Amino acid sequence: MAAIAAAGATFDPPDYEIVDFAIPEPLTDNPPDPFRGWQIVRDAGNASCLICHPMPIPEEPNHGNIAPDLTGVGERYTEGELRLRLVDPKALNPNTIMPSYFQLEGLNRVEEEYVGQTIYSAQDVEDVVAYLMTLRSPD
Amino acid sequence: MTFRAQLGWFGLALALFAGEIALAQPWDPADLEVDGRRSGYLYLTDQTQALQDDDFLNPGMFAVDEGRAVWNTPAGEAGLACADCHGDAEDTMVGVAARYPRYDAERGGIINLELMINRERVERMDAEPLDYESADLLALTTYIAHQSRGLPLDVDVSGPAAPFFELGEDFFYERRGQLDISCAQCHEALDGRLLRGDVISQGQINGFPFFRLIWASMGSTHRMFQWCNEAVRAEPYPYGSDEYLNLELYLAWRGRGLPIETPAVRR
Repeated sequence: MAAIAAAGATFDPPDYEIVDFAIPEPLTDNPPDPFRGWQIVRDAGNASCLICHPMPIPEEPNHGNIAPDLTGVGERYTEGELRLRLVDPKALNPNTIMPSYFQLEGLNRVEEEYVGQTIYSAQDVEDVVAYLMTLRSPD
Repeated sequence: MTFRAQLGWFGLALALFAGEIALAQPWDPADLEVDGRRSGYLYLTDQTQALQDDDFLNPGMFAVDEGRAVWNTPAGEAGLACADCHGDAEDTMVGVAARYPRYDAERGGIINLELMINRERVERMDAEPLDYESADLLALTTYIAHQSRGLPLDVDVSGPAAPFFELGEDFFYERRGQLDISCAQCHEALDGRLLRGDVISQGQINGFPFFRLIWASMGSTHRMFQWCNEAVRAEPYPYGSDEYLNLELYLAWRGRGLPIETPAVRR
């Protein structure tokens, strides 16, 4: 589980277009895999969602609580809006603590083993977005 | 002896016993928050607090004992021990750690306890400096800092220290690493909240060197700074670097008035 996002990931240079506060086009041509996305969001070894966000994953202990609850997030945002929020949330709020998962610009003193790498690969982003779109309100 | 007298003796014994317990905690828990500045102790579970509170259980007390032995053992060509010049640390070192780190004219910058110990070893004892983070240097630093337990942090950030203090402050607010997060974003804005199962504290350093449970060992401030930097995937600075010394000064000021807890126990 720990290496799920990093294993064999290729780090495509970020290339995307922001339109109306969203990234409407997918970052890859491959069909997204929401099941793989569900595995990635739990992966504490890769700076993933559960570290900061409560999520509807009750079987996993110790959710973070510094960031909004992602329950129902697939109803609150479009796919393109969620994609921008993963790729570069600082495009929406420059002061946010949320990392930009697919962005290399403006970083300071990156640890040597991560230089030139995005946190997620393009496919990771697509798989996580596909998983988040499955999250609906409990009722 | 009358029953009343027996009751009196029992009461006296109880009072002495309570006094003995209080010795392990030379502060009221209320002292661990000063004008909103909160010791990391206040973010611990009850079990971890209890581990720190009892000197017979606190694993950091082994470092205090080891440090006492190092203090009294001659080292180097001069054949001197710390104690040969400084006497009994339990008298002469009281209050020293509360003033560290400080500006040092010889360095033209900030010096902390670890580097001061090593300077004394080299210049007075004609001994090799101890490796930063070695068991002996941690023990000696812990022993010296422990002599100030209960005294408030009170570093001087004025005069020649001021520019270094400002560099330390800049470091604290600067985003860094692949995750692009500053110290302040967690330790100023989000203390008390959770990262996975971990409670975020203010990052106060009044208990250092400390015993960290996840390391199962003592650690210095600079080891903790490296750990934090790596947690946001930032390139760490070396032990004893100017960047970390400046940060250490800023953080000591940021915790001004908090009682020294060394050896603190933290998760």
